[in-house]
Amino acid sequence: MKWLHKDLLDVSQLSRSEVMAIFETAGRFQELQERPVKKVPTLKGRSVILFFAEPSTRTKTSFDVAGKRLSADTFSLATSSSSLTKGESLKDTALTLQAMAPDAIVIRHWCSGAARFLADRLECSVINAGDGRHAHPTQALLDSFTLHQEWGDLTGKTVLILGDIAHSRVARSNVILLRKLGANVRICGPRTLLPPALNTWPVKVFSDLSEAVKGVDAVMCLRLQLERQKDGLLPDLREYARTFGLGLKHVELANPDVRILHPGPLNRGVEINSELADTANSLILDQVASGVVVRMALLFLYMTRKGEE
Amino acid sequence: MAKIDLIVRRARLDGKEVDVFVSRGRIVEVKPSAKSLDTGEARVEEAYGLTLLPSLTDVHVHLREPGFEYKEDVESGLRAAAWGGFGNIMCMANTKPVNDCESVTEMMLEKARKYWPKGPRLFPIGALTKGLKGQELAPMAELAKAGCAAFSNDGVPVESTKIFRLAVEYASDWDRVVIDHCEDPYLGVAAGVNEGEVSSRLGLPGQPDVAEALQVARDVLLSEYLDLPIHLAHISCRKSVDLIRFAKARGVRITAETTPHYLTMTEDVLEAEATEYSTLAKVNPPLRTEDDRLAMIEALNDGTIDCLATDHAPHAGYEKETEFDVAPCGITGLDTALSVTWGLVRDGVLTRETFVRAWTTAPCTVFNLPVNTFAPGDPADFFLFDEDEEWTVTPQALHSKGKNTPLLGSVLKGRVKTHFIAGKKIV
Ligand SMILES: [Zn+2]
Repeated sequence: MKWLHKDLLDVSQLSRSEVMAIFETAGRFQELQERPVKKVPTLKGRSVILFFAEPSTRTKTSFDVAGKRLSADTFSLATSSSSLTKGESLKDTALTLQAMAPDAIVIRHWCSGAARFLADRLECSVINAGDGRHAHPTQALLDSFTLHQEWGDLTGKTVLILGDIAHSRVARSNVILLRKLGANVRICGPRTLLPPALNTWPVKVFSDLSEAVKGVDAVMCLRLQLERQKDGLLPDLREYARTFGLGLKHVELANPDVRILHPGPLNRGVEINSELADTANSLILDQVASGVVVRMALLFLYMTRKGEE
Repeated sequence: MAKIDLIVRRARLDGKEVDVFVSRGRIVEVKPSAKSLDTGEARVEEAYGLTLLPSLTDVHVHLREPGFEYKEDVESGLRAAAWGGFGNIMCMANTKPVNDCESVTEMMLEKARKYWPKGPRLFPIGALTKGLKGQELAPMAELAKAGCAAFSNDGVPVESTKIFRLAVEYASDWDRVVIDHCEDPYLGVAAGVNEGEVSSRLGLPGQPDVAEALQVARDVLLSEYLDLPIHLAHISCRKSVDLIRFAKARGVRITAETTPHYLTMTEDVLEAEATEYSTLAKVNPPLRTEDDRLAMIEALNDGTIDCLATDHAPHAGYEKETEFDVAPCGITGLDTALSVTWGLVRDGVLTRETFVRAWTTAPCTVFNLPVNTFAPGDPADFFLFDEDEEWTVTPQALHSKGKNTPLLGSVLKGRVKTHFIAGKKIV
């Protein structure tokens, strides 16, 4: 397949068939994961800069592993080592990155729209690894890929996204992608953590978790930033855990083989009952494995797009 | 009869072709164009095919001098005003140092006299509180005496209703109106994007329209209680307009302005493919919804909104070329306001009467500034304008140092050809 996009800013840019192509490619890389030597020379000599202006061990490591499995050279530019903290503008950082002539840049940034800002100014591919509260396309792709592995088609399935939706780029991208793949999406969280104008989102909104989980096929828990309580958005974490934390009793109300997802890292006992995270229903570790192969697929597709079939 | 020193020949004034006679900076007479005329020693300005308009008044401009001359200075700001059709401009106090003492006011006026001795006229607005800190009243008597035409904390709205009340009362002792930037200090301050559909999808923390309307309600009640005037700056949403309409029906001494961008643009700019997250459209209050835009037009037409103002807020290019969260709020406006709002007249959205009222008579009445209604004795402040001349909004085409406008690249219609202040040609 000829890949036409230069950048991956959000899943809204991708057609359904492009998503399927990503899944298919990821599926092929999955076999590689089971071999004793997990490396192929596909991207030998190509370079990927991992530019993480906001710290993240998981996503960064996942991209790093993905790049190395394809024999690409990966370079990290983290907050501490970048001059962003010294007040360098994102534009100057962009120009510096450009001068290093990478083939792709993976960016994580605390500002919504930062990936787009970079993509408009750079010749290489820009892959958004999370910008502010806006989008986290690779997480959404790996979440759907994980469910795709379980179910095949997602059409007609019902997925509940639970927790802090307002500040969540994971939720925003997942809503778009799950709808694109034909799933029904529910949202549940305290009103203080829901975004404005939710009536314009293609979702059903619940404030009562017991209602929200009835008959769902999957629950996607979101990570709660513990400082939300200090921002005054929550009375306290105990009350949050009791009201919006996913517990064993909720699972009984959902479909018997309900799948549970969480982008990690977990606050055990807050967003999710600790035991529940380790049951057979949990796909949390599958998500991590999917993360590597989906990111391999993305690096492969975006970095070989020029003049190749 | 006074000796005529300027005659403007065959200008188009409200559909008629007229000759304008000026003596010593004042209008003597405006009459239907004569076939032939003994012009005597008067200077003659041929204006055939050009539209004649009274100089506009902008009661809300940020000139940035002193302190931020790289964004704009008095000289460049007045140049943009002159070419933009503005004869009077009022400049806000959020400079560095703040305009909260006579030496700053005098310095601004001195610069204006030095660079633009013949105008446009500059009327500084004094700070409402010392350092715009919202704690202690600024020395308004001193500032009024030095030449401040009004008082405002624009830039850093006063948090305390008590201090704000005292300021309104004290300002009235010096016959000056207070201008309030209406923004609840806790609901999305200077977010630059409306809280709603667009902010929700873009994942940007927004400012809801009630952040503005809550303060409008406060000011309405305060103005009625004190029986003193309060002028509301850059109104952007329907909720505020409804409150102002209610106030006026009760006889409350509230006046209000809106800007060309709230009449012509909406939050959708931030979601459009080509301009997604464009910091050039980041402005405070933010661009609102289509319903709000329509409400602004209605309100301007029915007089609920008294005036237009640009809220000219120039910034340097690099300051805007950054992440949305980081970029400063503001749109440069002096260069484009006339073309944009005259476009609304051309399209039948605003009447010519509304246009003239909103840009000239209303602001001058509210702030006691000289106004030209083409009646004998009025100041000869007017400009000649080619309604059909097209121009592209490029950085080079703008006289302001601020090139920060979402209109960059668009084609506007209408250009000022000549501008007279007190009968003297300034461009
Ligand atoms: Zn303001």
